[in-house]
Amino acid sequence: MTLEHQIDGPEDEGFARPDGNGPLGADLERRDGAAKVCGAARYAAEHHPDGMLHGVLVRAPGLGPVRLVNADEITAIPGVRRVFHDARMIRNAAQGGAGKAPVQGVKAAAYVGQPVALVVAEDFATACEAANRLRVEADGADLPVHPKAGEPDPDKTKDKTTGDFDTAFSEAAVTLDVTYTTPAMVSAAMEPHAAVAEWDGERLTLHGALQMLRDNKAELADCLGLAEDKVRVLSPFIGGGFGSKLGISADCVAAALAAMELGCPVRVVQSRRQVFEVNTRRTETSQRIRLAADRDGRLTAIGHSARVSNLPDESFSEPVLQGTAFTYAAPNRLLHSELVRIHRPAAGSVRAPGEAVGVTTFEAAMDELANEAGIDPVELRLRNLPEVEPGSGRPFSSHRLAECLTEGRDRFGWDGRSPEPRQRREGEWWIGTGMAAAVRVNMVSDAEARVTLTPDGRALVESDMTDIGTGSYTIFGQIAAEALGLSPDDIDVVLGDTDLPPGSGSGGSVGAASTGTAVWLACEEIRRAIAGRMECAPGNLTMAEGHATCGNDRRVLQDVLSGQPLKGHGKLAPGAAMKKVRQATWGAVFAEVAVSDVTGETRVRRMQGTFAAGRILNQRTARSQAQGGMAWGLGLALTEALVHDRRDGHAVNRDLAEYHVPVNADVPHLDVRLLDEPDDWAGPLGAKGIGELGICGSGSAILNAIHHACGVRIRDLPATPDRVLAGLA
Amino acid sequence: MKTQLTVNRTRHEIEADPRVTLLDALRDHLGLTGSKKGCDHGQCGACTVIADGRRINACLSLLAQHDGSEIVTVEGLEGADGLSPLQRAFLDHDGMQCGYCTPGQLCSATAMLDEVRNGRASHVTEDLEAPVTLTRDEIMERMSGNLCRCACYSGIVAAIEEVAAE
Repeated sequence: MTLEHQIDGPEDEGFARPDGNGPLGADLERRDGAAKVCGAARYAAEHHPDGMLHGVLVRAPGLGPVRLVNADEITAIPGVRRVFHDARMIRNAAQGGAGKAPVQGVKAAAYVGQPVALVVAEDFATACEAANRLRVEADGADLPVHPKAGEPDPDKTKDKTTGDFDTAFSEAAVTLDVTYTTPAMVSAAMEPHAAVAEWDGERLTLHGALQMLRDNKAELADCLGLAEDKVRVLSPFIGGGFGSKLGISADCVAAALAAMELGCPVRVVQSRRQVFEVNTRRTETSQRIRLAADRDGRLTAIGHSARVSNLPDESFSEPVLQGTAFTYAAPNRLLHSELVRIHRPAAGSVRAPGEAVGVTTFEAAMDELANEAGIDPVELRLRNLPEVEPGSGRPFSSHRLAECLTEGRDRFGWDGRSPEPRQRREGEWWIGTGMAAAVRVNMVSDAEARVTLTPDGRALVESDMTDIGTGSYTIFGQIAAEALGLSPDDIDVVLGDTDLPPGSGSGGSVGAASTGTAVWLACEEIRRAIAGRMECAPGNLTMAEGHATCGNDRRVLQDVLSGQPLKGHGKLAPGAAMKKVRQATWGAVFAEVAVSDVTGETRVRRMQGTFAAGRILNQRTARSQAQGGMAWGLGLALTEALVHDRRDGHAVNRDLAEYHVPVNADVPHLDVRLLDEPDDWAGPLGAKGIGELGICGSGSAILNAIHHACGVRIRDLPATPDRVLAGLA
Repeated sequence: MKTQLTVNRTRHEIEADPRVTLLDALRDHLGLTGSKKGCDHGQCGACTVIADGRRINACLSLLAQHDGSEIVTVEGLEGADGLSPLQRAFLDHDGMQCGYCTPGQLCSATAMLDEVRNGRASHVTEDLEAPVTLTRDEIMERMSGNLCRCACYSGIVAAIEEVAAE
C-alpha cells in the first residue's frame, strides 16, 4: 500500500501533525556523526571489490576535433589494460534533474579540458603514468569563449514587464543605475567525484558521489543503453555536493563502460583539476540594476537585467532574477535576462542558483540606494516589503522578512550605527558594518520513502535519498520517531541506494522537506493501520513512548504488531500550492568588517544571520547549514573567482591552491538565529528548505560593510585587496 | 619495494610500487580509508595524518619515505574508553557536515594541541618567547591548512576550544 499526497493548499487532510513536544526539531547529534569522526563512513572511491582496475580520465588540450596520437604505445605499457575513446563518454556532467544522458561524444572538444579518453590499468600509479603519457591532439576551432563574444540564445531570452518602467525611472526623485559583475565559481566539494563500477553480465552496480540517485540511475542507464532496472546506484555517504553532483558525471559513465567491456570492477576518481572543469560551474554574470524611489525611499521602479552563459546544448540558465521577482514592491518593473553560448566548461547549479548571485548584487544596489536617499538600510527594506507577490498578485504562503530584519538588527546591535562611511578607524583598519536581506524560493519535489515497524518495536526508514552533509539521516530518524511515538534511538535509517524507494535527492533545498514529508506519510499509513487494528479513528490514536493509545485502550507496540512487521509507503507530489502562493524562505544577514588602509585586505569580524525556513527539523543540523551558506557568502564577496583564459576559455585557477575557498582563519564565529514557523502551505510537516538560504544575500552584507568601513563600493566581485586598494587610492 | 611501518600501533610490511604515496598505501593497501584524498596535492588537508608525532599531508609523502615511521590515522584516535575528547567534541558542536574533511581536521587538531603544548609559535603568535596561549585566533590560524567546504569552522573551533580548556 502507498499513502499518496499532493500539496494543494493548507487544508487539513486528517494527517497527524508534529505537536512541538517530540523529538522533531530538537538539537540532536548527527546520526552518522560517529562514523564520520572515526573514519568509518565509506565514500564512493573507498569501495574496493576484488580485481578492481584503476581508470584515469584524459582530457582535450584544445578545442575542436580530437585525436589520440599514441594509444597503441600506451596500451603496450605493462599493467595497462585498455585505452577507451568511446562515443558514449559524456562531455560534462548532466544538469540537475535531467534524468537522461547529457551530451555524449569524444571526437571533438566543445571546451578545453573535456574528457575524451579513459586509461585503465591494474594499479593507480601505472594508470596515472599512462594517462600522462597519452598524447591527445586537438585541431583547434575558432569558437567564442568570452561572454562578450557570445551570441544570445533567443530561446533563453526572457522579459517580464509590469507598468511603465521608463517613465517612472525618469520622473523619480532618487535613482540608481549600476552594473555589477560576478565571476564564475565552483562548488569545490571536498570529495572529488568518484565511481566504482561493477558489472555482473546483466546488471551494473555503481558506487558514486552523487546527489540525486533516482535521476542519476536514469541518466546512467541512458548513457549506456541499458534499461533502468539494470542499473543500481549507491551513495550512502557523499563528501559534499553543492550542485556539482546533481547529474551523472564523466567518471561514472567511463567507469561503467570500462567495467562492462573488461569484465572487472573499475574505479575512476576525478583529479582535483578535473573536478574544476568537467562537472558544472556557476556562470559568471553581468547585471544592470536600476532603482527609482521617492524621497521616502519607496521604490517606484525596479529594473534588473542579467547576462549569463553556458555551453551549446545545455538547458540550464542561471535564474538570476528569481529573487528580484518577489522581494520588493514597486509598481513598475523591468526584468530582462539573456544567455550567451560560449565554449567554457559547462555551467549548472551551484548552491542557490539564481539568488546566490542575483540577491547578492541586488542587495548591494539597495545599499547604494539607501545611501543616495539618506535612509537607514534596514528601514529602506522594511518600507518596500510587498503585501502580495509583485507582478502576479499571488499571496505569500508565509512572509517573515520583516521579522528577520528587525530581530537580526537587534541581535547584531545595529542601532547607533553612523550613516556616513569612514567614521571608525583602529590603527590601519577601517571598521564598518553592513546588512542585507536574504530570500530564496522554496520548492517541493516528488519523493517516496518506506517505513517498516518491526516486531521488536523499532522502525526502519528507507529511501534512495542522499545525505550530502545536510542531515538527512538525522532528521528522518527524528521524523519517524515523532510520528510513531518512539525515541530516535529506536529508528534505523538506510539511504543512498536506488533499490530503495526513490526520494527527492538533495538539490534545490528540497530534500529535507520533500523526502521528510514522504517519511511522515509512510508513518501516517502505519498509524492508520494501527488505528484500524484498535478499531478507532486515526485522529483518535496517540502514539507515544512505544505505546499506541485509543481512548482507554493502551497497548505496547509489540502487542499491536503480534510478531509481524508493519510497512508504510509515503509518496509526496508537488501540487497546486506551488501555483496558488509564492512560497519562499527569508532571512537577514549583518556583518562587521575591518578593511586595511594599507593593503586593501578585508577581514570579517563577525556575522549574524536570522532565518525563517518553516519548521526547523533539527536545530543543530539546520544551524550548520545556515552557517555554511553564510561562509559561502563570504567566499562570494571576498575570495572566490574561477578565471577563464581569454584565448581558449580554459579554467586557469583550477585547483584549491589557486581557487580560494574560505579557510578557517577567514571565517569568524557565525551567529545564527532560526525563526521556527511551520508553513501551512508546505504539507503536514510545515518544513521548507534551508540549505541554500544562507548564501542568498550574505555576501552583500560584507560588500556593504566594506563601503561603510572605507567608502569603497565594489561592483566587480570578489572584493579582493587589489580592487579595494584601487578604490582607496 | 618493501616498506615497514607502524600504523595505529600495528606493524605492517607493504610491498608497493615506489611511486605510491603514503595516502594511497593507507587507503588502498591497508584498507584504512579514513584518511581522505581531496586534492592529492597538499592543498586541502583532508589526508592529514600524524607521522612520528607531527601532522603531515599523507598525499605529499611517499610510502617509501616512511620506513620505520609510526603513523596515526583517524582510525587510531579512539582510546580505550572510546572516542577521543576531540572526536566527542566534534559531535557535540557539529564540527562536520559531509564528513569528508573530518578525519584530517581531527588528526590536525590532535597534533596541533601538542604543538601548542610544546610552545611552537604560529603566524599569529604575539610573543615568540612566552608559552603559547591558545586563543581563538591561534586555533583559526593553526587549523587553516584543513579546508572545510561545508564551512563548519564555527563548530570546529568551538570543539577545539572546549578540549583545549579541559
